[in-house]
Amino acid sequence: MTSWFDSPADAGGRLQQVGYLTDDATATTTYLAGALEKPLLVEGPAGVGKTELAKAVSRATGAELVRLQCYEGLDEARALYEWNYKKQLLRIQAAGQDAAWDQTHDDIFTEEFLLTRPLLTAIRRAEPTVLLVDEVDKTDVEVEGLLLEVLSDFQVTIPEMGTVSAERRPYVVLTSNATRELSEAVKRRCLYLHLGYPDADREREIVESQVPEISNTLAQQVVDAVARLRDLQLKKAPSIAETIDWARTLVALEIGELDEHTVSATLGVVLKHVTDHDRAVQELRRPRLRT
Amino acid sequence: MTLLNRHLEFVQALRAAGLPVSVAEGLDAVRAVEHLGLADREAVRAGYAAALVKRRSHRGSFDALFDLFFPPLLGSGARWTDEYAAERDSPSAVVDLRDRLAATLSGGEVDQAALGDLAVELVERLGALPGRGQGLSTWSAHQALTRVGAVALLDRLVASLAGEGDQREAHGLAERRIASFTRLVEGEVRRRLAEDRTPQYVAETILRPPVDQIAFTAARRAEVEQMRREIYPLARRLATRLIKEQHARRRGPLDFRRTVRASMSTGGVPLTTHHRPKRPHRSELVVLCDVSGSVAQFAQFTLMLVFALREQFTKVRAFTFVDEVHEVTQHFRPGGDPVRTMADLAASVAHASLWGRTDYGRAFTRFQERHADALGPKVSLLVLGDARSNYGDLALPVFGDILRQTRHAYWLNPEHRRQWGAGDSGAERYAELVRMVECRNLAQLSDFVHDIV
Repeated sequence: MTSWFDSPADAGGRLQQVGYLTDDATATTTYLAGALEKPLLVEGPAGVGKTELAKAVSRATGAELVRLQCYEGLDEARALYEWNYKKQLLRIQAAGQDAAWDQTHDDIFTEEFLLTRPLLTAIRRAEPTVLLVDEVDKTDVEVEGLLLEVLSDFQVTIPEMGTVSAERRPYVVLTSNATRELSEAVKRRCLYLHLGYPDADREREIVESQVPEISNTLAQQVVDAVARLRDLQLKKAPSIAETIDWARTLVALEIGELDEHTVSATLGVVLKHVTDHDRAVQELRRPRLRT
Repeated sequence: MTLLNRHLEFVQALRAAGLPVSVAEGLDAVRAVEHLGLADREAVRAGYAAALVKRRSHRGSFDALFDLFFPPLLGSGARWTDEYAAERDSPSAVVDLRDRLAATLSGGEVDQAALGDLAVELVERLGALPGRGQGLSTWSAHQALTRVGAVALLDRLVASLAGEGDQREAHGLAERRIASFTRLVEGEVRRRLAEDRTPQYVAETILRPPVDQIAFTAARRAEVEQMRREIYPLARRLATRLIKEQHARRRGPLDFRRTVRASMSTGGVPLTTHHRPKRPHRSELVVLCDVSGSVAQFAQFTLMLVFALREQFTKVRAFTFVDEVHEVTQHFRPGGDPVRTMADLAASVAHASLWGRTDYGRAFTRFQERHADALGPKVSLLVLGDARSNYGDLALPVFGDILRQTRHAYWLNPEHRRQWGAGDSGAERYAELVRMVECRNLAQLSDFVHDIV
């Protein structure tokens, strides 16, 4: 089995090539998840690039991405596999009355009638695969139980067909917004990575790589302003995604410099609560009045 | 000491600090280090963290312990040889050190490596405290920072930073930089202590618990700030959990449409039935909280949390008291700005206080007289306070009367159970009338709030 990355530096470098800038801890953990063949649980506030990390890994290694988006009420039939009931029914009717029961029974529980869902798809693939289980905290506790078997042994048991084991272990990334504590059992099986807001230098690099048209001074101003916003006690602090959106907006509006007027005109891109908006305008303006 | 022993002791210390590290996770960490090699300290740290730390709030304890068990250098480092020893702690050396510190901190960008070196040097020069005997000398961050004049340094920094911008911003920046230097010095002192004694000793005596375990009454300023930031995420987590649990208990009337729709995929046979969610039972909540100095912090947190969860109740009313009762419900607007709410609350304390001496008996009597309309058979009453009434009348009959007019009543006490009833505390006497719950930190608070909703 080939390894995913050769070293933490290799992981960082290759992720950078596909446009995902990491810090050392992220690169190290990404490398380890591949080397130890353990699932990687990524937690952090919305918009810091958790999902993007999985996509970047798949781009960097040339593996295909299989995505399972979690939501409340997600069940086995939509996460793992389902029998194609309608097709089975057709098969029985087409066979007519004379077919033997044993024959029919064996026929309708075969590969042909199996609808594979993301988890099973990822396990059965022979090519390198990145399995992204997105927003795992949105699911019910039962689905976590389902994930346990898949994550620890990389196998799925289908009563009619037997146990399907992974030919090649996928690189698994689970993301969570921490709206709910995941169970200890799931956490124990995973490596853990907390993605927070990046420091100013790295954020500027990210902005410059995502929005190449932006000027150096403007990028610096945007990053500084966002850093100051994060210092305020806001309901939702702006994340990297919002910084990039802001930079794109400013470039699209052909604004070369960030001043008080442009800030208050475009702040809606960064802050999504009225009270946050008011507070930011107040706080960002105050020092300028004093000087 | 072998590397394996170090690893095992580290894992033990993590468990002692409250991190649930299983055997399997310990093995993962060893495998991770095997893959990473030992050359890069930060890589080892990242490897250990990925395998062992599964919760954000534990990261602080982990980092502190990691620094103790895998220190970045030994002793005072190689640069310190005997020839320096003579002038180690001379007045000129102190001035020189102070100047270099100011220069490093006042630049546009702070050179973290240089700052780290300065912290090492500072502790080496000025941090040593003579012990009671040979080999008992110890180290003090407080002494080192006082002697180098870290507080006076603030003004100097503000002056030099203000050249680039305005005063207020410069002040904030200077404070942040000095705080980060202070953390470095404290870390350095811990390292030296761990070297002289054992890492375990330092881990047990010095480390602060994670933020949700810190007692409200003993929190430092930086920790209070941290706790405040925790309130909204905490409320959100609680709300999701509650909604999930309510959904899990759905046993309402049959949802005909969904059942029929679901039966389509099984040829019209309704194999599973779907039900409408049951209307959740919601109660009114009246919060009565002591805002006198000793428990103000705790009252603020609880109020913020309760109001962040207001959707879970039909109505919430809040009253504060010291020796007079004052209604503060109007300060909590839906979607209000938390910082301003806190400021409004602090300002309104004056209304709740007549002579400024906590008097529970008088507060309950006044509440009964003026706000009896807040009570009723649907109301849950929540009293927050330490029940320390300055030996005044406890007005137990009045309180009993209030309780009879409510559906449920709880009393949250921020003091440890063993202090109830000691000194001027009326906790034990009130506890005979009402269910009194110990609530000293965020973890206990969130457990309690979850239980009553």
